[in-house]
Amino acid sequence: MSQPLKKVNVDDLQYLTRFVSDKESHLHIKDHNICKTKCEEKHCTVFCPAQVYKWEGERMFVGFEGCHECGSCRIGCPHDNIEWKYPKGGLGVVFRLA
Amino acid sequence: MAEKFDVIVVGAGPAGSAAAHTLAKAGLNVIMFERGEYPGSKNVMGGVIYRHQLQEIVPDFLESAPLERPIVQQNFWMMDEKSVFQMGYKGLEWAEAPHNNFTVLRAKFDQWFAGKAVEQGALLINETVVTEAIVEDGKVIGVRTDRPNGDVYADVVILADGVNSLLAKQLGFHKELKPSEVALAVMQVINLPAEKIEDRFNLEPNQGATIELFGDSTKGLLGTSFIYTNKESISIGVGTLLSGLMENRMKPYELLETLKQHPVVRKLIQGGEPKEYLAHLIPEGGYHSIPKLVDHGVMVVGDAAQLVNGIHREGSNLAMASGRMAAETVIMAKQVNDFSANILDAYRTNLMNSFVGQDLKKYKDAAHTLDRNPVYFKEYIPMMNRAASEMFTVDGVSKWDKQKKVMGMVQEKGTISTIRDLYRAWKVMK
Repeated sequence: MSQPLKKVNVDDLQYLTRFVSDKESHLHIKDHNICKTKCEEKHCTVFCPAQVYKWEGERMFVGFEGCHECGSCRIGCPHDNIEWKYPKGGLGVVFRLA
Repeated sequence: MAEKFDVIVVGAGPAGSAAAHTLAKAGLNVIMFERGEYPGSKNVMGGVIYRHQLQEIVPDFLESAPLERPIVQQNFWMMDEKSVFQMGYKGLEWAEAPHNNFTVLRAKFDQWFAGKAVEQGALLINETVVTEAIVEDGKVIGVRTDRPNGDVYADVVILADGVNSLLAKQLGFHKELKPSEVALAVMQVINLPAEKIEDRFNLEPNQGATIELFGDSTKGLLGTSFIYTNKESISIGVGTLLSGLMENRMKPYELLETLKQHPVVRKLIQGGEPKEYLAHLIPEGGYHSIPKLVDHGVMVVGDAAQLVNGIHREGSNLAMASGRMAAETVIMAKQVNDFSANILDAYRTNLMNSFVGQDLKKYKDAAHTLDRNPVYFKEYIPMMNRAASEMFTVDGVSKWDKQKKVMGMVQEKGTISTIRDLYRAWKVMK
């Protein structure tokens, strides 16, 4: 393997992006027990481009407010354990440029 | 009684607006739903839009479309850790009308394009999520939205709801996408003064360049990176298969940061001010991943139909062409007042016979083969760099001896296996 990847603080990226947050989450862990007992890799905590998912030792924290609505977590969860909907109309990420 | 339209279009991206424009222009009663605050607010693209398919829909687009720069130079960089093997084409014929392609910023472009459909008479409803298709007697007859009393009916529903297309999944047109069928792309828009861009990329004002980067730019994962010039900003991004990120436990934004700091890249963006960070999925399954496209009263277009040619980084043009063809089929179906799958299937036939279907067919095994054989990105690109370095370094060794050394690299890898790899690559690309 080549050189390790350069580190970057996701928060420094996320502040560039505009979000209009809903009060309730559009992302739901179907069964928190599966994250805890069946999922060693916790891929979502690695590949999510906004680091929405954070493992807090006992439970998966879902910071839906910073979600780019890409869909990776729904597709990439090996246990199909994420219920994924779009935020309500007009809410969620608001891309201003590209 | 809820209102009934001729056609409901779900999603106001390039595919949806192309469909709505074509339908409204023909006098059909069209409603288009957009879940974002405005069209484009949920959409992400590196930024290349192609003239031909846009002009088929809006002939005079040059007068009003928010285009960044016409592309005159397309580069391909084969990257290693401290070197790059470059290829490319610069053609000043592309600097003149009618041009070939342009960089755009989607939040601006999509608003403009949807606006053109509205000018033709389409009704655009923003900030509205279509939550499901309403099905009756095996026919799609309308949609349910997240607005109060939000059911709307139509003869035909066109699903232009993007890569995740939850609606096509609800209808059973496709199963859940697999991590190997989608690329996760992250990008940044970085502001730079126009003259800096023009100096660094060797451009005149109102000329643009694209660079597609392979190899070390994705750390050998199947995918590409890109650097595109806008008017006063640069779009830089990395897209790799989600499966590759998972297998290698890589964070996409770290891949992007690594690219930004790469010694042959960093001077291009130096001093720029990051303005936006964006993530999106790109359908990469190609031909084999195209879902069912048509059923009674419903059609699927654009990314929702997985219409992306990853090898040539084309997508928005396939989206526009598919939206237009779906609309043309509906116009024909309207004449006979029959919206059954049998009639609407003309869309599928036309699409598959057009450049859209033909190009996807041409490369149907390409991504899969490259994914299964990481040797191309991981070994051949570095080898290409070492060979170039060897041949171009003047150090008193004769060119014959240098050629022998280069051939030695191939032999080290195994002549037979190299020939087999090259043949396999040729077969999936021919």
